[in-house]
Formats: sequence, C-alpha cells, structure tokens
Amino acid sequence: MQITSPTFKANAHEALHDAQLQRALGNVRSGFIGKRAKAVDALPEFEELRDNAKTIKDHVLEHLDIYLEAYEKKVEDAGGKVHWAESAAEARGIILDICRMNNARTVTKGKSMLTEEIELNDFLEASGIQPIETDLGEYIIQLRGEHPSHIIAPAVHLNKDQVESDFRRVHTDFPKDRDLTEPEQLLSEARQVLRQKYFDADVGITGANFLIAETGTSIIVTNEGNGDLTQTLPRVHIVLASIEKVVPTLDDAAQILRVLARSATGQEMSVYTTLSTGPKRASDPDGPDEYHVILLDNGRSSMLGTEFQDALRCIRCGACMNHCPVYHAVGGHAYGWVYPGPIGAVLTPSLVGVDKAGHLPNASTFCGRCEAVCPMRIPLPKMMRHWREKEFERGLNPAVARYGLKFWLWFAKRPRLYRLTTYLAMPVMGLFGGRKRRYRFLPFAGGWVRHRDLPAPEGRTFMQQWRDRDTLKQDAHA
Amino acid sequence: MTQAASPAPRVGLFVTCLVDLFRPSVGFAAVKLMEDAGCVVDAPAAQTCCGQPAYNSGDRDDTRAIAEATIEAFEEFDYVVAPSGSCAGMLKKHYPGLFKGDEAWEARARTFSDKVHELISFLTDVLGVTQVPAKAAGKVTYHDSCSGLRELGIHDQPRKLVASVKGLKLTEMADADVCCGFGGTFCVKYGEISNAIVEEKAANIAGSGADMLLASDLGCLMNMAGKLKRQGSNIEVRHVAEVLAGMTDQPPIGGK
Ligand code: SF4
Repeated sequence: MQITSPTFKANAHEALHDAQLQRALGNVRSGFIGKRAKAVDALPEFEELRDNAKTIKDHVLEHLDIYLEAYEKKVEDAGGKVHWAESAAEARGIILDICRMNNARTVTKGKSMLTEEIELNDFLEASGIQPIETDLGEYIIQLRGEHPSHIIAPAVHLNKDQVESDFRRVHTDFPKDRDLTEPEQLLSEARQVLRQKYFDADVGITGANFLIAETGTSIIVTNEGNGDLTQTLPRVHIVLASIEKVVPTLDDAAQILRVLARSATGQEMSVYTTLSTGPKRASDPDGPDEYHVILLDNGRSSMLGTEFQDALRCIRCGACMNHCPVYHAVGGHAYGWVYPGPIGAVLTPSLVGVDKAGHLPNASTFCGRCEAVCPMRIPLPKMMRHWREKEFERGLNPAVARYGLKFWLWFAKRPRLYRLTTYLAMPVMGLFGGRKRRYRFLPFAGGWVRHRDLPAPEGRTFMQQWRDRDTLKQDAHA
Repeated sequence: MTQAASPAPRVGLFVTCLVDLFRPSVGFAAVKLMEDAGCVVDAPAAQTCCGQPAYNSGDRDDTRAIAEATIEAFEEFDYVVAPSGSCAGMLKKHYPGLFKGDEAWEARARTFSDKVHELISFLTDVLGVTQVPAKAAGKVTYHDSCSGLRELGIHDQPRKLVASVKGLKLTEMADADVCCGFGGTFCVKYGEISNAIVEEKAANIAGSGADMLLASDLGCLMNMAGKLKRQGSNIEVRHVAEVLAGMTDQPPIGGK
C-alpha cells in the first residue's frame, strides 16, 4: 500500500471535510468506549490481568529467540512447516511459492493486518491468483478497492447505506427489491456470496493472535467464524504471523485473551477462538493437508533492546485508537499506512522510517487516554516523544517550529531577561485586547486565531506584581 | 496530615508561564487559597517555564537545562505548587527521567519531584482543606485536563471544593474527561485537528447548560474560551482557583 503518511496534514484536512466519513466516525465513539468501560467495570481483577499480560509479553520479548525456536520445533513435530521471512518481499515470495506448488487459483483470507503490511492482495492478483477476503469488513473494503481504516473494524469509516449500495452494485445475482436495511441482512448476503468460494479456494491464509511455543499451536479470534472456514476447508493453510506473537504456553494466551476482547469490543470473549496445530491427522474429520507458518520480522527485531521494544507487546486490540481524540477527528486513512491511531504513530516510524512518518508521533496532544486504556500498558505518549527526540536530533522537524522554540528557550533559560521583556510586553499586549479582552487577529498566531479567539493577557505579569507586593511588605516592616 | 504543631509550611509557587503572562489573577488566587490554609508562600524570581515546549518537541538538552534551573530555584521550599496539572505533572513525573545516568542530579530531581503538587489536590490531599468560604451564583461545569487527570489522578478534588462554594451548582458535561484539543504546540501545528476536537468540547460544554466553565489548566482554558468566544457563546470561563478564592473581579478569560 502506498504510504501517504508524509502528507498527513493534507489527509487530515480532507478527512475533516468528508461528511460521510465524519458521520461514520461518530460510531467509533459511541460503539467502543462505553462497551469497553462496562466490560472492565464488571471484572474487578482487570487491572491485575493487565499486569500479568504485560509481564508475560515482557518475558517473551527478553527471550524471543528461545521461544520462537521452541515453537518452530513443535510445529514441525506436528507435521507443519515453519518459514522465516525477514522482509515483506521474502514473505510474499514464500506465499507465492506455496500457492504455485499447489496450482492455486484462488486464496481465501481471514482478517490479517500483516497481509496488509506486506501488500499481499495486490501481489497475488498481479501473479494471477485471486485473493478473497472473508471477514465482512475486509470483504467490503476489497469490493471498494480500499484499505482498512481500523485494525479490528476495517470498514468503520463507512456508513451502512454506502455498504448497501456497494452490494447492490456488485451482487447482481440477487433480486433487486431485496431488503438490505439491517446489518444482519448485509452479513447474510455476504455469507451467501462467500460460501462457494470457501470450497473453491486452494489455499487459506490467516493471521495469528498468538503462537504457542509449548504446543506449536496458532490461535485466531474472530466474531464471524470466517477464520475457521478459511483454515479448515482449503487443502493448504498458511499462517502469516509476526515474530512477537509467540507466547510460552496456552495458559499465557488464555490470560491475555481475557484482556483482549474486553479492550477491543467490550466482549468477554470473541465469538470464535480457533486453535490450529499442524495439518489434518489421520483421525481428524477435517483440516488442511499442508500447514505452513511464515514468521515475519519486517523491522521488528530492530526494535528489540531499544526504547521502542515495549510497543512489541501490542496485541492489536484497537483500544488506543478507539479512545484517541485525533483518530476520532480524522479516522484511520489519514495516518497513511497500515496501523492508525496511537500505536500506528509509534509503529509506523519504526517500520517504514521516521523520515516518512514523522508527522504521526507529532500529531498528538499527549492526552494519555491511549496509555490509560492499553491492556498491555504500552507507554504510547512516551514513545511518541522518543520519536520527536529522534526527529529533533536529526533536524527533521519544520524550521518554523525549530526557530520558534529556540527563540522561546533563549528567554526561558535567562530568567532576568525573560522578566524584563515580559514586564514590558504583556501590558502592551493587554491593551491591544481591548474591551472584549480577546483578539480575533494577531500576527504570528495564525494557527491559533484561524479557529478561535486568543484571550488577551490581563496586563502586568504575575512576577511583576509579586515583586511590588514583596516591596510593599518590606516597606511595611521597615 | 495535620499541621497543628509544626511551623507553617513554606510553599514555592511555580506560577507557570501562561499564568504569569496571561492571567496573573490565577496566581494571586492560588496564593490566597494557600495562605488561608496556613502556608507561607513565595514565588522565586528565577523561575520561567517548566520546559514542556522543549520536552514535547524532542529537545532534551534544553529541557534538562531548564529543569536544573527550576530545581535550583525551588530547593529551599517544603512544597512546590503549580496551578496547573500539566506543569505539575511535568515537574513531578518527568523531571527525574531527564537525568537518567547522572546519579547526583537524578537524586536531586527526585527530592524535588516528591515535593511537587498541583494546587487543588495540594489543598485537599496535603492540607486537608474540605471547603472554601467563597460565594458565587449560577451553574458551573468542570473540564478535567488530561495531565491532571491521568498523570496525577485529579478528578474528585476540584469537584468537592467547587461543591462547597455557596450558590454554585455543578452540572457535568458529557465527556468531561476527554481532551480539549490544546496539547501545547499541537494546537497551532495541527490547528485544524485541534479545532475539530475543541468544537466537540464546546458542544459538550454548551450541552451541559452551565453558564460558567471551570478547569485547572490555563492552556486548556484559553483554548476552550477562545472557541466559545469565537462561536459567540456567553459562557464565562475561569480557572477554578479564581472561583474558590472568591476572586472574580477580573473579567473572565477571553472576556464576557
Ligand atoms: S497499543 Fe495497546 S491499546 Fe493499542 S492496539 Fe496495541 S494493545 Fe491495543
């Protein structure tokens, strides 16, 4: 997917003026926040579970190599094959080889942000293989030729009526006068379209929420059950997972699952939690003949041991974006790459470069709501600040901001001059505020007064008046 | 904590650059509230800014220089109090981290940070103030500024004191705990996004039916007042300290 993060400001401008998008974004606020709060309130040990979840992942990240190797061995013991991919291109190449070996013409896909990261759909199509998204949200955006705008609700930027008209445009085999006003009707129509495709597909590709080192199992959670069909019906199942998805035991995964769905959608558990271990055994009623796991790095190992390591604890629940005022205002596409919102503001510079994604960690008020809800206790604002430090060191931030800051600092570091200048300046500025006590226009403050008035200063500074009070007191004592 | 037998606590007021320059009356209200509660207050002349503009722009060296000067200026006091959750949060939660690897300074910064408090929570949690003698009239709504709320855990304290002001009725707005879109330099760097956020906030303020908006951070207050005034609203905007101290002679922030 083409990275548009460098034009974040223009993207945001467009998003703010897109009436359809703004209407849809209202659903993020009303849909997720209250449900999460309710689920959390109903579980007294939630905070403790967060601590446990964090501890588990921290431990894994300290011993990632050991757990990945243990996992690989277990997968192979179960008859599966593990492929290591350092880059997106390598992962695509491995997938294509497996598809070619099996003469695959169509591939069904469960929801996977990682396949977005490696731009798999475009690549498969260019190679003559048809990818079919089976998650309803993913299916909708595939119909529209778009990308997900949210990591768990890929089509959250759309309204129901937009989806209805897409279905009427594309699903021409259905009666024209059918009723599609309810979301369930849309879902059931998509299911009917997809049913045959599950059977026709030669390969099924899913992501993974967890990889279990002790058993070689991969786990996905879904609400539609599409993941199950994607991985059991085709002859070949490919799991594409990034390296930080591994956890030591099933019990560890179970602990993290308890915070995952609650943080994501406010459910106690997602509707389907699907475990798969290796290909079909002789005694199994169904399952794939081949089971492949691709372990993708794509820049993650370079985060280990740095101030960004904590971001690898992320379990992609989406809570940070659901609670982010900036995400609420501009939606996910404005961020310009795969992962939007606060976690995107930390990951995107790590994975595609801060020179391209420099806006993202800056476009935050540091309100801290993301960190407050992140089940894995990832200090997102702190990491965004680290990115700002890297940009500052490299002189990547805009010149105007740099010189403005330098000017301010020059005074801030010289208290006497600061006092003298402000003693003189503030009363004058105060006068300009006029009777209304505010400015509608002010040179050098365009960014402020374009959208709001600037309250005028009262006049003499506090420190000036305080000095007077001190002098008065001393005179009184004398 | 009781102050009965011990000498009056000496408080250094970190007035904050915005209060110093734009709204000195908040500083005097803070002084009055603390003096009424038995403190001896001074505002050392060597203070300027807490360093957040530099810190949040990624300029660590300059932030550290400012932090050193601030710590030195306030070392003699029993407490350091700021009428802002954001600046108090900076002094309390972020200063020690600036000195990682420099043991002597880190220890100094920790001693300093332990003494730092935001004004309203200092009154309630440290000095044990439960009510104020002030009087006012009308319906007020209270906005929780982000750093105060999430870094320092300030939520009930200002509401409790506001409720003790005779004649005032507190009416909660929707999403009182959601950011107003100020974010320091964010509000000019990403003015359009900031505007969308403060528009939402202004709608919630208006929706509360209050005729006065209170908060504890001047940056947020100036942002919200600026938006409300641009929209032609006649809701008065004030720092909560002004109302608690009964010092409302100055016109409200951004005028009537
Ligand atoms: S950063 Fe935290 S809140 Fe955001 S998606 Fe990852 S785990 Fe969820």
